[in-house]
Amino acid sequence: MNAAQALPAAAGGLQRRISDLLYTRRGLLLLALLAPPLLWFGVIYLGSLFALLANAFFGIDDFTGQVVREFTLQNFVEIGNPANLDVVRRSVTMAVAVTLTCVLIAFPLAYFMARYATGTQKAALYIAVMLPLWSSYLVRLYAWKLLLAREGAISWLAHELHLVWLLDALLSLPAIGGPSLSFSAIGTFTVFVYMWLPFMILPVQAAIERIPGSYIEASSDLGASPALTLRKVILPLALPGIAAGSIFTFSLTLGDYIIPQVIGDSTRYIGQVVYMQQGVAGNLPFAAAFSLVPIVVVGVYLWLAKRLGAFDAL
Amino acid sequence: MRSDPRASFGLKTAAWGAIAFLHIPLALIILYAFSAEDKSYVFPPPALTTQWFGVAWQREDVWAAITLSFEVAAWSTAVAVVLGALAAAALARASFFGRDAISLLLILPIALPGVITGIALRSAYGTLHIPFSFWTIVIGHATFCVVVVFNNAIARLRRLQPNLIEASMDLGADGFQTVRHIILPQLGSALLAGALLAFALSFDEVIVTTFTAGQQTTLPIWMLQELIRPRQRPVTNVVAVVIIALTFVPILAAYWLTRADEPVHR
Amino acid sequence: MTAAVTLDRVSCVFGTAGHEVRAVDGVDLNIEAGEFFTLLGPSGSGKTTCLRMIGGFTLPTAGRVLIGGQDVTMQPPYARPVNTVFQDYALFPHMSIRDNVAYALMVRKVDRTERARRADELLALVELAGVGERRPAQLSGGQRQRVALARALISQPQVLLLDEPLGALDLKLREQMQSELKALQRRLGITFLFITHDQHEALSMSDRIGVFNRGRLEQVGTPHQVYNAPATRFVANFVGAANVLDGDAAMRLTGRASAMLRPERIRLGVADDARVSGAVREVQYFGAFTRLKVDAAGALLQADLPEAPGTRWPAPGEAVHLHWDAGAVHALDAEPAA
Repeated sequence: MNAAQALPAAAGGLQRRISDLLYTRRGLLLLALLAPPLLWFGVIYLGSLFALLANAFFGIDDFTGQVVREFTLQNFVEIGNPANLDVVRRSVTMAVAVTLTCVLIAFPLAYFMARYATGTQKAALYIAVMLPLWSSYLVRLYAWKLLLAREGAISWLAHELHLVWLLDALLSLPAIGGPSLSFSAIGTFTVFVYMWLPFMILPVQAAIERIPGSYIEASSDLGASPALTLRKVILPLALPGIAAGSIFTFSLTLGDYIIPQVIGDSTRYIGQVVYMQQGVAGNLPFAAAFSLVPIVVVGVYLWLAKRLGAFDAL
Repeated sequence: MRSDPRASFGLKTAAWGAIAFLHIPLALIILYAFSAEDKSYVFPPPALTTQWFGVAWQREDVWAAITLSFEVAAWSTAVAVVLGALAAAALARASFFGRDAISLLLILPIALPGVITGIALRSAYGTLHIPFSFWTIVIGHATFCVVVVFNNAIARLRRLQPNLIEASMDLGADGFQTVRHIILPQLGSALLAGALLAFALSFDEVIVTTFTAGQQTTLPIWMLQELIRPRQRPVTNVVAVVIIALTFVPILAAYWLTRADEPVHR
Repeated sequence: MTAAVTLDRVSCVFGTAGHEVRAVDGVDLNIEAGEFFTLLGPSGSGKTTCLRMIGGFTLPTAGRVLIGGQDVTMQPPYARPVNTVFQDYALFPHMSIRDNVAYALMVRKVDRTERARRADELLALVELAGVGERRPAQLSGGQRQRVALARALISQPQVLLLDEPLGALDLKLREQMQSELKALQRRLGITFLFITHDQHEALSMSDRIGVFNRGRLEQVGTPHQVYNAPATRFVANFVGAANVLDGDAAMRLTGRASAMLRPERIRLGVADDARVSGAVREVQYFGAFTRLKVDAAGALLQADLPEAPGTRWPAPGEAVHLHWDAGAVHALDAEPAA
């Protein structure tokens, strides 16, 4: 190598000085990186949540309909009304039912994907689960409106299989039945399960994948039947995944107001009450207060889920 | 990790049954888009035709909705990519007080029910007397899109050998040059995947949008109105099929770009 | 002559008060220009941290780092006339080999043709001409190592830092690379600062060695000095096998409070004039030599006896008589066994 080949002098200037500064003061670098996102989230998101909380303690003037910015607990008192409590009870029940059903349907698929599918089949299954997850919520809802319509595919299937009597029996059940599938709690329930199913499948599958195969082999080596292995080894280890998935199914069901409106009878769920109160009824403070209910419920649920290890499985 | 390769018949049925359950409704929509019947949702469709595609093409309101959704998604994605990349760069390796809190903060808009985020933003706009506009929608969308970009970016950054950055600096590249020549090329496809997912998410979002849009009609809002008060059913069917096609593409692309980052696919 | 690298009372302390880790504790070191200097020590001894402080990847918490007489203590790596060959090579996976090697020139805005030419020159120097177009993933470990070397040398640094570069190679390849590195250093005349935990490597390649233990530099010297006159018991034990004697046994056998005796300096002989006699506890065959462990005078002594086909080696339990020259004993400071 020719020693006379001198290197060009390193670029000086502002860029170099800023780089030096950020290198020696790591805290400054961190601050520079975090400032934009934190400002955005702090001001816009946390700010709005705070505004929401503040509104919950305001009232409205009955005559003008304007928000009166005086501290009052009236909204919370109203939440205690039987009608409102009914709404809460109904929403929580639906959320729990949907969650349990999702677990039942998702588990076999997740188990199959994690432990039996390989290579292209596995990738194909993963995509098959992910596509509905990411594709349009409204389109999928619309598809069910078509399916559940009185003249739609499910009715047609019932006719072909001579099961119309079954359909009618289901629809005549009190509280959950209705004039047709698309105007009943059964219909609402089915659509909820369909919508959130992928959210349950993926975390459960990831959790099952993480179970070392040697655990299962050890279990059968020690004499356990497959069913016992499932109960004693696989389920407990898959529980964090189930808990993680349940966060989605529970929380999404609890806050949804579109599905009950499109596919359901006229009974109200939490989301609908909040939506209507802030819109048509013009009572933003009450809507704000009522929306604290799902926040609290989800908060409790998240705390339970964390105890079960869900956050490690997210 | 792999079980005895022969899964029981019951398990296979349950598994594929679940897949069918997920996809049959979508297949049905595609079928209905070709149905000749325009007054009801009768099954099976009496005849098949492609005429409705032409009719949908002519509808002004559909195009206006698509354009608005597209513009909102583009801006929201741009903001989300910048904020998500910055946050990921900060959180990828540093450990400092409050780091977990920041991760939680980023995920909150998507973790809390959309109603909450929607009404919170609505409260803020109301309190500050900000009128509804294009930007009120974008602000809402960008906020919950950040986490999608963030997740992709941080997964990729964590896989990046830390030595590469040191090697680059050792050889004479300052911080900015290192970002340009080493970090961005490595991060690029993850950011792109995040952007695609953010775009799809924003394009499809309806709950937060109804709270922040005022009189404006994005495509999902248009779709929702059709769901409640159907105007021309076949056109709705066609639009639904188009939406399916439009969202499939970015999802598949995003998956392909980041398949090495997913821990699931080892 | 100005030292190539100077560490002046350098310390690097991690953690918070109460849970401190003194990775490097008050190290003074002068490395001469053109030297092949090795930092030797077990993992966690501080040698890597020292290297990183010289390279600029870790900033010291106390003391100064000087390169060629200039204080570079707080300067980032890109400002220092020092380049590094990393343990895992750290080649940029998204660039071709030629672009990897030319990287240092590219960030200094050398034009394309010039830097391609010099990159090819360097690749020829490390005997990898012709792989310029490939990607790092397509090369073997040994080839990647040479690329890392070429990449670090292209900007003609004053000092080249090598962080356990041969650790991932198999034995034959490692020995070959040892000779090649040594020859390269002689040819280029650049100061090499080499890190290893392998004392054989250190002894065979270095002009001087610095032995690290728990953040401190215990000895700096030529391989001969470090091997034959270790400054501390740690150095005696770490560099080569050693019989380290203390207390009564030391007094009785060597006349010193604390001493070291290398196993290869012990011979077997007759009972007359023997230094000590004892019973064989264990016999191990190593090809080039046979190691006997002998219980003698309250100590367990190791004797490495050269291979001599036809010799009848003592069996465990047999009595043997050990001889050694007076000069084979090296006195150690009586340290508390820390």
